[in-house]
Amino acid sequence: MPEVLRSIFSVDFVYSALRLTTPVLFAALGSLVADRAGVTNIGLEGIMLFSALTGVLGSAYSGSLFVGMLCGLVTGLFIALIMAYFSLQMKADIILTGVAMNLVATGGTVFILYSICGDKSVSTSLSSLVFPTIEIPLIRDIPVLGDILSGHNLLTYLSLVAVVVVWFFLEKSKPGLRIRSVGENAHAAESVGIHVRRVRYGALLLSGALASFGGMFLSMGMLTYFSKNMTAGRGYIALAAQALGNGSAIGTFFASLVFGCAEALSVSLQGVGLPPQFVQMVPYVATILGLVLYAALRKNTKKRVRKHKRRKRGSP
Amino acid sequence: MSDYILSMEHITKVYPNGFVANRDVSLSVEKGEIHALSGENGAGKSTLMKVLFGEEQPEEGKIFFEGREIHPENSISAIKMGIGMVHQHFMLVPSLTVAENIVLGMEPGRFGYFNKREAFRRASEIIEKYRFSIDPRERVENLPVGDKQKVEILKALYRGAKLLILDEPTAVLTPQETEELFVQMNLLKAQGHTLIFISHKLREIKQICEHITVLRGGRTVGTARVADVTEQEISRMMVGRDVMLEIEKPPAHPGKTVLQVRDLPLSDRPDAPTISFDIREGEILGVAGVEGNGQSELAMSIAGLLPYKTGSIRLKGKELRGLSVRKIRALGLSHISEDRMSYGCAADANIEENLFSTTIYQKKYSRFGLLRGKLLDRRTDELIREYRIKCSEKKEPVRMLSGGNIQKVVVAREFSGNTPMILANQPTRGIDVGATEFIRNKLVDLRTNGAAVLLISADLNEVLEVSDSLLVLSSGGVSAYFADAAQVEEDTLGEYMLGLRQMTAQEIGGAVHEASD
Repeated sequence: MPEVLRSIFSVDFVYSALRLTTPVLFAALGSLVADRAGVTNIGLEGIMLFSALTGVLGSAYSGSLFVGMLCGLVTGLFIALIMAYFSLQMKADIILTGVAMNLVATGGTVFILYSICGDKSVSTSLSSLVFPTIEIPLIRDIPVLGDILSGHNLLTYLSLVAVVVVWFFLEKSKPGLRIRSVGENAHAAESVGIHVRRVRYGALLLSGALASFGGMFLSMGMLTYFSKNMTAGRGYIALAAQALGNGSAIGTFFASLVFGCAEALSVSLQGVGLPPQFVQMVPYVATILGLVLYAALRKNTKKRVRKHKRRKRGSP
Repeated sequence: MSDYILSMEHITKVYPNGFVANRDVSLSVEKGEIHALSGENGAGKSTLMKVLFGEEQPEEGKIFFEGREIHPENSISAIKMGIGMVHQHFMLVPSLTVAENIVLGMEPGRFGYFNKREAFRRASEIIEKYRFSIDPRERVENLPVGDKQKVEILKALYRGAKLLILDEPTAVLTPQETEELFVQMNLLKAQGHTLIFISHKLREIKQICEHITVLRGGRTVGTARVADVTEQEISRMMVGRDVMLEIEKPPAHPGKTVLQVRDLPLSDRPDAPTISFDIREGEILGVAGVEGNGQSELAMSIAGLLPYKTGSIRLKGKELRGLSVRKIRALGLSHISEDRMSYGCAADANIEENLFSTTIYQKKYSRFGLLRGKLLDRRTDELIREYRIKCSEKKEPVRMLSGGNIQKVVVAREFSGNTPMILANQPTRGIDVGATEFIRNKLVDLRTNGAAVLLISADLNEVLEVSDSLLVLSSGGVSAYFADAAQVEEDTLGEYMLGLRQMTAQEIGGAVHEASD
């Protein structure tokens, strides 16, 4: 076991944890925005998968990374728009709409892949472009920290920037305030002239945009090609991370980091001879444990808060 | 006509299902007055106000506001014209601050940035202007109900409301909060605002309004100067017949103890005051007091909804600790909850389902594992008739009914089981005079026939009129016990409620009739 420990307390481990956090973090931030507006975007998985594919296709056929990114982004927006249309306009259940979207993505991406590449599992026949990695000057030269923080993919840095942006957007901006009010009490928002449906449309679209970057990171950052079902449940893990994050962007970041670590752990455990199927369970088990722990903690805080308030009210 | 700020003329509103909610209704309100709009539940008050606030479009009729004819298409356009509405169910976002709730929808700031400081400044300004006492930085979820209502009023004022509609604002308030609201309403009036006060509490109307318009069955019964009419006359206008404001009550003949409560804590604090009392057959024990002094805890503990760690509750000699709600009910408890919509009924279920929700498991209602539909239908029809539940049919979802009729469904279920113990927590809150009278009389009938009744109510009139004996709760616990409620003066009661006076432990011990074993 010391071998495992050594691998966990290594620079490589932390580096890869940060890297593996990226897709979950993007999707979790997407989930956060939608959730604060009162819609559960369960279709993150599907959005990621589609965007992962279209990003590869776009960049391979145009030869431009920017066009590829645009393709992935538009795909994410488009799927979010479809979901918004069915759930907000046609009043279909948002959970079912999302699940349907995920199922469409599982089969649909393989279908598109096969139609174009003639391959049912990977897109290696296309030469996809990849988001560049960035060495940060100065930080790069700091021992240990430099190895951990520098040399990541552009999207990994973008995801960290997104945390701050989403935080500012939700907490400090007018649309953010409206999103929060719509999510908490739609009637109240409506009574002061806020267009609830419009706000939710916006939130879902933003959610789709964020998730699409998570998808593109998988196929154009972590790997250099699209592979069948490469999201592997990260869209669902993101939902859990968002729930653990307790409604804040910063909390969501830390929760995503926990899942990134769990995945990194699962990778490093594969080296020590445990059956790979068992090791691959780690991130998902971590999800369940995390949610249970969260529920327990939250119950306690609530109790304490209530008691505290009573005491405050009790003493004149 | 020029001194009328609002005239609604010959309004007729027919709902798509053919229900005529307003038939040729007219309402004229003078500028700068507080005008009462009154009538039983389902008389058409809410519909009329929805028409004014743009939430419903009338089939016929005209609305003049400040001398111009207006056609409010939705609430937003009504707000723009200067009409504000304080809903009975608050339209607030709990996690946001007072200031954020006030400015929501009209937030200060540029380029999408929400200028919090400016929001606080504007909120403080308006709070000061109307002399409300409320902290703009406090989160709404931490506010007591009375303050939440203030935020609602401030929201309307921030949007420039000249005419304020207050939809049964006192239904959720304690007597003190009500007084505070009235002071505030008079202040608004003094600053030139016009208020429409929807209420069926005659005393309040007498206290604060200049004119009253009464609706009944969707029609205008009439408008009167409040000073010129008596409470009796108003209630006759509302109900269409004489209402017995004082109920007739044969003397009580208490029998054996049914419910025995000993040392039950009134909150979950370690130093919480406790309560002990007995209720006997054929007796109504009233519990008076400002809300929040343990009434809810007491009721929930007896009903099995709140576990209690110390003390004991015995129903017909059987300790209730740890028993499920169904077992407690099977022992002989009926419970009218203060929270009608969460505990009293299932809003989306129909009348029949609600009437049998507590007893459907009983053998008599099923055969071979299937429900006996015909028997249930027949019993439902009987109960609807007996309890005068106004509905279009027995399979109608309960939420479609008016508040008074929903409570009648609850009462029909709880009173028809022949239970020896009835726990009635705020049984007539927020319902009209007719239904209130009906429920109070039923309570007295049941006690005369031998039931033990625990009546918890914030309505002083009710506890004094209906109860045989009376316990008073103040913030320090039980402050008084009166063996004969009829002898209690309202002023005395008030002093005990506020904790200004306190009886000795021995006097309060009068509530215990049996030495516990």
